[in-house]
Amino acid sequence: MTTAIEAYNLTHRYGKITALEDVGFSVGNNELFGFIGPDGAGKTTLFRIAATLIIPAEGKITLFGLDTVKDYRELRSRIGYMPGKFSLYQDLTVEENLNFYATIFGTSIKKNYYLIEPIYKQIEPFKKRLAGKLSGGMKQKLALSCALIHKPDILILDEPTTGVDAVSRVEFWEMLAGLKREGITIIVSTPYMDEALRCDRIALIQSGKILGINTPDIVRKSYSRKLYAVKHPEKYKLLLALRSIPLAQSPEPFGEAVHVTLADDVTPAALESALAEARLTGSVVEEIIPGIEDVFLELMQREKR
Amino acid sequence: MTEQKVIEVKDLVKKFGSFVANDHLTFDVYKGEIFGFLGANGAGKTTAIRIFCGLSRLTSGKVTVAGIDAARSPEEIKKRIGYMSQRFSLYEDLTVSENIELYGGIYGMRMKEIITRTEQLLERLDFTQYRDMLIRSLPLGLRQKLAFAVAVFHDPEIVFLDEPTSGVDPITRRQFWEMIYETASHGITVFVTTHYMDEAEYCDRVTIMNEGKIVALDTPAALRQTFGTSSVEELFVKITRPKTETE
Repeated sequence: MTTAIEAYNLTHRYGKITALEDVGFSVGNNELFGFIGPDGAGKTTLFRIAATLIIPAEGKITLFGLDTVKDYRELRSRIGYMPGKFSLYQDLTVEENLNFYATIFGTSIKKNYYLIEPIYKQIEPFKKRLAGKLSGGMKQKLALSCALIHKPDILILDEPTTGVDAVSRVEFWEMLAGLKREGITIIVSTPYMDEALRCDRIALIQSGKILGINTPDIVRKSYSRKLYAVKHPEKYKLLLALRSIPLAQSPEPFGEAVHVTLADDVTPAALESALAEARLTGSVVEEIIPGIEDVFLELMQREKR
Repeated sequence: MTEQKVIEVKDLVKKFGSFVANDHLTFDVYKGEIFGFLGANGAGKTTAIRIFCGLSRLTSGKVTVAGIDAARSPEEIKKRIGYMSQRFSLYEDLTVSENIELYGGIYGMRMKEIITRTEQLLERLDFTQYRDMLIRSLPLGLRQKLAFAVAVFHDPEIVFLDEPTSGVDPITRRQFWEMIYETASHGITVFVTTHYMDEAEYCDRVTIMNEGKIVALDTPAALRQTFGTSSVEELFVKITRPKTETE
C-alpha cells in the first residue's frame, strides 16, 4: 500500500488555544480513514490544513508527496473537500451548484457523471430546487456530489453525518464504500463512535492530540481489561448502585446496559449477588466485546490522570 | 414517574399549505417521565415540539401542556416550560452568572431568589471557578451542561431538549444524561430528541416518528421485543427505511 497522506508534527494554535499538538499520521492509498472525536478535538483544523486552506503553525502535511503549503495550486484540483458547515450557494439550484463546481474545475457534469450517479440520482428529481430549500439529507448528498464532480484523488469530509438521522447515516457510509471501490482515498471525521467500524483505520482524537491509530478491530482489542455489561430495568438505580459497590469498577452507562470492569478475582456471579443485596434482584452481568466508545472513554480517563 | 399527565396530545394535525407535517398525533407524557422523541430528519419532530412549546399554532386537534391549552394560550405555556436546543442556548458574550441572571429575570424570578439559587447552581455543577468567564471561552461540554441547568433554573414542569448532546464528548454526554435522570427524579418531565440511538435506551418511553406520523411508542425494552430487534437503533433503521426522498 503506497502512501497518500503523510502528516508530520502538526501543531496549530488560535491565540492561546492549542487546536492541534504534534499530530502525525499516514494514510494509505485508497484507504478509508476516520478521525473519531468530539467537537473541539481539532478535527476541523486538521482537515482545513489538509485541504490547503490554512497554514499550520508547525509541521506539515503532504498528499501524494505534495506539500499543502508549497504545492497548494497543484493539489487543489486533486482534492474534494466537504466542509462541516453547508457551504454551497443557497440561492442557486441543485443543478446550478453542481454545474458551477464542474466548471471551475474545468470539467463537466456529463464527463464525470458515472462517479456521482449513485448519489446524485437520488436528488436529481429536485435539480431545479434552490439548494437552500433542501432537507438536511439532500444537502449532504448535493455537497458530496459537488466535492466529487472533478474526480478528485482524495476526499476530505468534515463531519458529513453530524446532525443526520441514523438511517441517512447508514446510507451515507454505503456511498463512501462505493467511492472507495472507485479508487478514491477518503479521510472523514465523525463524532459518532459507532461509525468507526465502517473505516479501514481510525485515529481517536481529543483536545488536539491523537490518542491512538489502528484498525477498528485492533482498537477494540486494545481495551486493557475484561469488560462486562450489567442490565436491570431500573437503569439509574443500577448505575448509582454500581458506583457504590467496590467490586465494580469504572461503571459507564451504555444504552440499556451499564459497562463495568471487575476488581481482581471477582466473578460476574459475585457482582450479581452484590446487586441483589442492594435491592436490584435479577441483575444480569455478562462479558462483552468492548466497542470503540469503551476504548475512547478508557483513553480519555487515562489522559486526565 | 406518576400517572399524572403533563402533556396531552389528541389528533394533532399541522399543515403547511397542502403539506401535512404532523398527521393525527395522539399520545400522553407523564410527570417525571424521560420521553424520547425520535425520527428521521424531516419526520415532523421540530414542528411538533414548536407547537408543544407554544411557538407555533396547530391546524387541528387538541394539545394540552402543563394543563394549558396550546391553541388558546400558547404564551402561558412558555412560562411553564424550559427549552434548550443544540444550536443556541446561551449568550456567548455574557458571563456564566450573567446568563443565569438574564434567564431568571426573563422568567420573572425575584433578584433575591436568583442570587441564592445561582450560588446553589454553581456549586452543584462545580462551576464556581467559571462564574465570571464568558460563555465563549468555555468548552462545548461545559456550555451544554450549563445550558441545561439554565433551562430548568425556574423550576419548569417540563423541559424540552432538542439534540442536547450533539457533538459532545463521550464523558460529558454521560454526565449530561445523569443530569437528566436527576432532574426527572425531582418530578420534572424531560422531553428529549437525539440522533444517538444508545441515548434512546436511557428514556422511560420512546416514540418514533416517520413522515408526520407516530409509528412506534413504548418503553425501549417493549419496542425491541415487539419489533424483534436487539437495539433501538436496529429498530429505527428497520421502520424508517426504505425511505424515498419525496419532499
